[in-house]
Amino acid sequence: MKRYHPVDAKGITTKFGRKFVHKDLNFHAEEGKITGIVGGSGSGKSVLMNTMLGLIEPQCGEIFFNGLSRKKLKRNDIRELNNSIGVLFQGGALFSSLTILDNILVPLREYTNLSEQLLRGIASMKIQMVGLTSEALDLYPSELSGGMRKRAGLARALALDPKLLFLDEPTAGLDPIAAHAFDELILSLKTSMDLTVVMVTHDLDSLLNTCDKVAVLINKQIAIIDSLHKVAKYDNPWVKEYFNGPRSRFN
Amino acid sequence: MIYDKYKLSVKDKVLLVDVTGSWTIKDIDNDISKFKANLDAYEYESVQYDFLKLNNLDTAGAFILSQALRVNPKDKCDWIICNSDEGYSTLMKLVIASISCSAGDKKRRWYDILTNIGKGTDRFFYELVETLAFLGQFFMVLMHFIFRPQKVRWKSVVALIEEIGVNAVPIVMTLCFFVGAVIAYMGVNLLAAFGASIFMVDLVGISVLRELAPIIVAVLVAGRSNSSFTAQIGAMKMRQEIDALKVIGLDAYETLVFPRALACIIALPILTFLGMMSGIFSGMLIAWMTMDISPILFLTRLNEAVGIESFWVGLVKTPFFAIVIAIIGCRQGLAVSGSVESLGSRTTQSVVQSIFAVIALNAIFAILFYQMGV
Repeated sequence: MKRYHPVDAKGITTKFGRKFVHKDLNFHAEEGKITGIVGGSGSGKSVLMNTMLGLIEPQCGEIFFNGLSRKKLKRNDIRELNNSIGVLFQGGALFSSLTILDNILVPLREYTNLSEQLLRGIASMKIQMVGLTSEALDLYPSELSGGMRKRAGLARALALDPKLLFLDEPTAGLDPIAAHAFDELILSLKTSMDLTVVMVTHDLDSLLNTCDKVAVLINKQIAIIDSLHKVAKYDNPWVKEYFNGPRSRFN
Repeated sequence: MIYDKYKLSVKDKVLLVDVTGSWTIKDIDNDISKFKANLDAYEYESVQYDFLKLNNLDTAGAFILSQALRVNPKDKCDWIICNSDEGYSTLMKLVIASISCSAGDKKRRWYDILTNIGKGTDRFFYELVETLAFLGQFFMVLMHFIFRPQKVRWKSVVALIEEIGVNAVPIVMTLCFFVGAVIAYMGVNLLAAFGASIFMVDLVGISVLRELAPIIVAVLVAGRSNSSFTAQIGAMKMRQEIDALKVIGLDAYETLVFPRALACIIALPILTFLGMMSGIFSGMLIAWMTMDISPILFLTRLNEAVGIESFWVGLVKTPFFAIVIAIIGCRQGLAVSGSVESLGSRTTQSVVQSIFAVIALNAIFAILFYQMGV
């Protein structure tokens, strides 16, 4: 039996008005690995992520999840699929009118039928899993710091035990210590929960620490997906600048 | 004890948990969720999990299994896993490291209602004091600007007058037209019975000029512009634009609040005047149509019986309404905190408070005018 990739984007073309964002782009993430997507600002990394999540409909091309095309899925299957995907948006995207507890319980309440006490227990476990204390449960998102909000967002993304996790700039706006801790958290969750992670990031340290594979988005296409050291040697002016520039760690 | 998906037994104070099948969030049924309750029958000091027959496990399942550890604030009891693959053990380790005594549920208590009444009263006075303080601040800024009128942001004042005043003219005139007509019809029915239908001119004139037009316009502006003040300023507050203003050295009060208040003060009397005209006009039409009171007779009677006094009584109130409306709208906007919910509740509060304030203020004016004999 052929093993399919958890997520596989084939021949994606996205256009906003007349401007192409992606032109015949191919991307895949390997199972059980962390794949980082890098690219300049405005190169369409977030658009790619949103396309894979089904938030943006590409003009051409298809997204396959474990070999199944999103387009061909029925309503119930899409629901099932969404349950197996967790997303952490850049700002956390927590519902600001709900407490952290209720935020985490939104997916759990929607898709399961468990007792309130058990739900609270599970939510409390998840919040501690991402490194917050259970005191944070009764706070509102506006009462948390940026780093805590990201962690709470991650707890919500992990609520239904997804197999595939999308992270949009998970360490942006965190101090180096918090960013490192967040990287470690992603790594430990990956091994213990057998996650496949797709991560859009600008953080070179984060790439170095966590990513098994790096995909480079240049000129509306993914130029290369490979291990970091091979990517760093890739012959392209932007890639060279990116990995060998003044802020690089590869020297 | 043997259950569907697990087997419990105790041997030498070690609880043996023999797990079968799939333990994921989708598999949690009655049987599994009673796991913790079923444990109460046993006495043990440590736990041994047997994962030989386990097919599938996720964090929710691991959480339920971990409840066997009888977590108390101080300590968890010892545990081991046998016959497990690497993945399940690391998952169990992660989950067990993450549990602690779960926080207690929040309960509604019987005295909640008393607490809420207390909080509500406290908030009422707090809001009252804060609004008065804000009003005081307004007069301070007003004093400041009276001596430096060139410093007022006239451009934004004019733009706001268009938004608050000019754009509201059609709705104000339509509403006052209807209200004037309704009053006139009421007068026709009542007064004709006494053969005193000419008094409907007094009725329409006094009620529209003294009370109805000012109140209707004020309530309309409170609903229309005051809510937009709160939403605009509140959204700016949420995006830290107010903070940015402060840092740049601009006073939010001078740049945002004062122009709005000034625009209201200018726009409201004009709107009220138009509303009065529209109300009187509709009364006049009704009088002509139903009672054959000609417009000339209507106007003569209006001049004799009602006079200019009522007009001024109605108009003099409006700048005060304007200040109160603008102040409440801006204050609520600046009081918005980070959450979307607070924006919504502040907008509601600002409309409710300003309508309340307008009506209360109008009552005070009524007493005042009565005492003054006008």
